[in-house]
Amino acid sequence: MKLVTAIIKPFKLDDVREALSEIGVQGVTVTEVKGFGRQKGHTELYRGAEYVVDFLPKVKVEIAIGDNLLDQVIEAITKAANTGKIGDGKIFVTELEQAIRIRTGETGEEAV
Amino acid sequence: MESNIFHLQYAIDTFYFVICGALVMWMAAGFAMLESGLVRAKNTTEILTKNVALFAIACTMYMVCGYAIMYDGSLFLSGIADVDVDGVLGEFAGREDGFEGGSIYSGASDFFFQVVFVATAMSIVSGAVAERMKLWAFLAFAVVMTGVIYPMEGSWTWGGKDVFGLYNLGDLGFSDFAGSGIVHMAGAAAALAGVLLLGARKGKYGPNGEIRAIPGANMPLAALGTLILWMGWFGFNGGSVLKLGDIASANSVAMVFLNTNAAAAGGAIGALILARLMFGKADLTMLLNGAIAGLVVITAEPSTPSALTATIWGALGGILVVLSIVTLDKLRIDDPVGAISAHGVCGLLGLLLVPVTNSEVTFSGQLIGALTIFVWVFVASLIVWGILKAVMGIRVSEEEEYEGVDLSECGLEAYPEFVSTK
Repeated sequence: MKLVTAIIKPFKLDDVREALSEIGVQGVTVTEVKGFGRQKGHTELYRGAEYVVDFLPKVKVEIAIGDNLLDQVIEAITKAANTGKIGDGKIFVTELEQAIRIRTGETGEEAV
Repeated sequence: MESNIFHLQYAIDTFYFVICGALVMWMAAGFAMLESGLVRAKNTTEILTKNVALFAIACTMYMVCGYAIMYDGSLFLSGIADVDVDGVLGEFAGREDGFEGGSIYSGASDFFFQVVFVATAMSIVSGAVAERMKLWAFLAFAVVMTGVIYPMEGSWTWGGKDVFGLYNLGDLGFSDFAGSGIVHMAGAAAALAGVLLLGARKGKYGPNGEIRAIPGANMPLAALGTLILWMGWFGFNGGSVLKLGDIASANSVAMVFLNTNAAAAGGAIGALILARLMFGKADLTMLLNGAIAGLVVITAEPSTPSALTATIWGALGGILVVLSIVTLDKLRIDDPVGAISAHGVCGLLGLLLVPVTNSEVTFSGQLIGALTIFVWVFVASLIVWGILKAVMGIRVSEEEEYEGVDLSECGLEAYPEFVSTK
């Protein structure tokens, strides 16, 4: 099983979610985060004093899937979240050791 | 038949006072929302507590002794509910100008209208000392400010008494219609004294002269607060006409409402344009301070200017408040909400503009009055803050300031998350 973590631009969330549904992904977890990569922040002004905002709002999407869906998920997210401009985000893939469905106690591939 | 009309005049002028008093009370909500919008989330509960508590303290202390000091009434308002109807009717009948003479109204309504002004003066202080003052030190100061300091300068102005028996401001041609100086500049003077002894928030000013932004947590609340203040101000200035029940007075009331509104509008526009020119962007917080500055400026003389004049004066206030905020920061005087600029600097401007449209008032009278008010309030406040600082300390510790005064002073977060019961 794999845990796919994608950091995307917030307004791309709906597109990514739809794309994942289309390939059969049943569940996602979404968190509001802030961060930066090569996309620089910007300066703001408050009552005459300048300050720098480095951290930009992003959305983190986490999906637990079976190995068989990995390539499709990566392709779906990449296409849906892409705008071609700096700051589109990244996808990280980590090995998922165990997964348990709390309600039924199912484990492994049946739980994702 | 005549006495029936006297009854009605008494009733309408009393009603007018209590309604205007209620509008001014509503300004407390305005201050609370404005201030809580301009501080950080971790300091929100504390500033709300300060605002509500100071209002309660002001009402109580003014009842205990403040009103008596200011107007020669009795302590604890004893006798204020008494009314001798026949005596009152006799007063009406004996008035020089008949129906158009001075208003006669319930003593209780007079207290109610006056007490909310005291609370307004005190609440100006709470914004300037926000995010780093000990709550109870502030409340202790409020007891003295509302019980003694404000009533003293109020007695020399609206109370008509001699200043320590030396001179009389009314005789010198001083006039402050609804309190640009008596309420607003006075509050700012107390705030300035406090801020000088308190020091700036940690991290506000850098070692090489940098001024760091500490953005407020909730712009909707700040904007809401400003609009609430704007509306409440109609009572503040409107009620200060002191009479509604004849044609001339009613017309004066209408002009006061009109001009108060016009000045706020002018202030908002003036501040917005200057902020755009100076900073390249439209700063909402400057716009809000601008509206308030306009309101403060017109408060000294809202009835005699024309609508256009009132708007221009408001705009002058709006421009001045932006310049003052930036200047105070350069002087490293940290005022998180711009209270000293909006109420102090613009309060002074309001006083000095009165002779322009009111020929019975002199510039020298206004200057002497302004100095009297400022020196008395500033020095008295400095002494009280100084005593509090020596006895109990007025500033929270560095760690408490870092964690947020909501935790150290109130033990209560404004926006709690992940709360669990034991």
